[in-house]
Amino acid sequence: MLASLLQNLINALQWGSFYALIALGYTMVYGVLTLINFAHGDVFMVGAYIAFFVASFLLAAVGLPGWAALVLAIPLTMLLTSLVGVSLERIAYRPLRRKGVDRLYVVITALMCGLILEHANLATFGASRKAFPTLLDEQVYTVAGVSVTNLKLAVIATALLVFLVLQRIVTKTRIGMAMRAIACDRFAVPLMGISVDTVIVATFALGSGLAGLAGLLFAMSYPILEPYMGALIGWKAFIAAVVGGIGDIRGAFLGGFLLGAVEIMVVAFFPSTFRDLIAFSVLMLILVWKPTGLFGVARTTKI
Amino acid sequence: MTRLLALAAATLLLALPAFAAETIRIGFNIELTGDIPKVGESSKFAAEMLKAEINAKGGLKVGSKAYPLEFVYEDNEAKAESAVTAMLKLIEKDEVLAVIGPNSSKQAVPAGQVADDNQTVMVSPWSTNPDTTKDRPWVYRAAFLDPFQGPVAVNFAVEQFKAKSAAVLYDLSNDYSKGLAEIFRDEFEKKMGKGSIKAFESHGTKDQDFSAQLTKIIAAKPDFIFVPNNYNQVALIVKQAHQLGWKKPFMGSDAWGSAELMTLCGNDCKGLFFSTHYAAAGAKGATREFIERYQKKYGYVPDDVAALTWDATRIVLQAIQESGNLTGKLKADRKAIREAMDRIKSFDGITGKMKFDAQGDPIKCAVVVKINDKGEFEFTKSVCP
Repeated sequence: MLASLLQNLINALQWGSFYALIALGYTMVYGVLTLINFAHGDVFMVGAYIAFFVASFLLAAVGLPGWAALVLAIPLTMLLTSLVGVSLERIAYRPLRRKGVDRLYVVITALMCGLILEHANLATFGASRKAFPTLLDEQVYTVAGVSVTNLKLAVIATALLVFLVLQRIVTKTRIGMAMRAIACDRFAVPLMGISVDTVIVATFALGSGLAGLAGLLFAMSYPILEPYMGALIGWKAFIAAVVGGIGDIRGAFLGGFLLGAVEIMVVAFFPSTFRDLIAFSVLMLILVWKPTGLFGVARTTKI
Repeated sequence: MTRLLALAAATLLLALPAFAAETIRIGFNIELTGDIPKVGESSKFAAEMLKAEINAKGGLKVGSKAYPLEFVYEDNEAKAESAVTAMLKLIEKDEVLAVIGPNSSKQAVPAGQVADDNQTVMVSPWSTNPDTTKDRPWVYRAAFLDPFQGPVAVNFAVEQFKAKSAAVLYDLSNDYSKGLAEIFRDEFEKKMGKGSIKAFESHGTKDQDFSAQLTKIIAAKPDFIFVPNNYNQVALIVKQAHQLGWKKPFMGSDAWGSAELMTLCGNDCKGLFFSTHYAAAGAKGATREFIERYQKKYGYVPDDVAALTWDATRIVLQAIQESGNLTGKLKADRKAIREAMDRIKSFDGITGKMKFDAQGDPIKCAVVVKINDKGEFEFTKSVCP
């Protein structure tokens, strides 16, 4: 019983890591722009595909061994995925913002961007699934009936590390301070001589880069890629961000792990049919009790 | 200009039925995109091969006249609701004489209702759920049924693995997976006693993480896990079970048998067994000839869906031939085809000899294959009813 519980705890940490990494992207964009970037789940999917192409290229065309390909694939995937995120902002969101339209239209545009990414992928690479190549030889360690793999440990460690680094960026660097400043008062920031566009681009780059990292890790853990893989997990990560208190990095992180834990534990103790029913009921109760999320602060709408 | 185009399009649409008598149009309601795109692709490739062969000979001879074949492929996205829409489109807009597909029971069960209501013959190549054809005089199939497949899997596993207990992991939202899982559970408990199914766990179609279900299953210590799932999920389930320290066997069902299973699953799936419709490695006669031609044309060994689509389409074509002659009146021709279908008592297909019962279901043999070290599906055992 104890072994099962510990095993499920590890399962939950791994599964929650993905929610957390994706939720961070939602929450950062929301914090700066008060925009729910619904394309983010699909940016994650694009990240997984970029990882697939980068890894396959490095393994087959360049002939690198798995570990070297992985070391190179991490920064390359993050960089390329952040370019995708920044392009979305440039092509779709910025023109709308310039025209000063209502936020609702930007959200709808984001939804459409997500669908465009999915179907562009479907049209380009076809419906057949891609099998992600093995970059890391998986070792299964079994201690007292609890099995972990080096990959699972790496995923969990990466998520923690990302959180610490991001927290540092947001609290200690100039760009991080600018992000918080925009979140605080968007109209005062340009008056202080800070370029709002630069900060927004940085936010999108950072958020999408994390989605790319999540995509790479996800593809390594669940090595089957398909165009719709980002949709559901994206929605759920968004809910995780809201439960944690959208706009707050600690909230997104905690919300992601909370959702992962609730989903896994429901399956562990109830018939698996009830997973989403119970998981989302729990989350709804949290929101009823604290509508702004765990870390959220009630804010009046400015404009 | 647009008005002109619209006019041209409208004329074209009006003109289509006029050609109806000149060609034999058959609809294919298949899974070209969605969860199991390889299934749709195999179906389409097999059909294209058959069409090319018959059209090269000048078409299908019905009565005294030869008609060229025309196949209309409609994508059902591996969704139940899209399968219904695709079926309606084929029947009403494309005015096909008969429909092949859908392949998966998840789509075939609802689409079968539409075909039956609209009095059009439908033959599902791959669907094994009894409900597809049950009380539907217009619906047929080329595959065996799950009430037959379930016991095959049970008996094989008990014999091969010396198993006394089992666990089941199935896809709750898939009629095929759920139906087969329940049949397997009942059959296994009947044979090995109550409580011999130590875990009966489900998941959703879009799920990618099965670690919680598998942890529960592994903690229950069954002798093997029965996984009646689509090949894409199988690849993830088997891998994750191995990561959780599972070393005992798996038993699979016919939905494993896609050409894509091994590219997705790799080494993890080698050495596993599953029950299916035919074994490509070591086939003889017409089956072998089909496999060689398909492999030459498309570059991979045809999976069971390809072989079953070939059989299903040939059954329909035989029925059209035996209906005597085509009048060009859709309703009458469809009815004549159904009557001819009912007259076919047995059929010698590349997936084996089949006899049809009153429900339109074939009575045929199943095989159990082993995935060998080269990733081929190797014949292990044949079980006949």
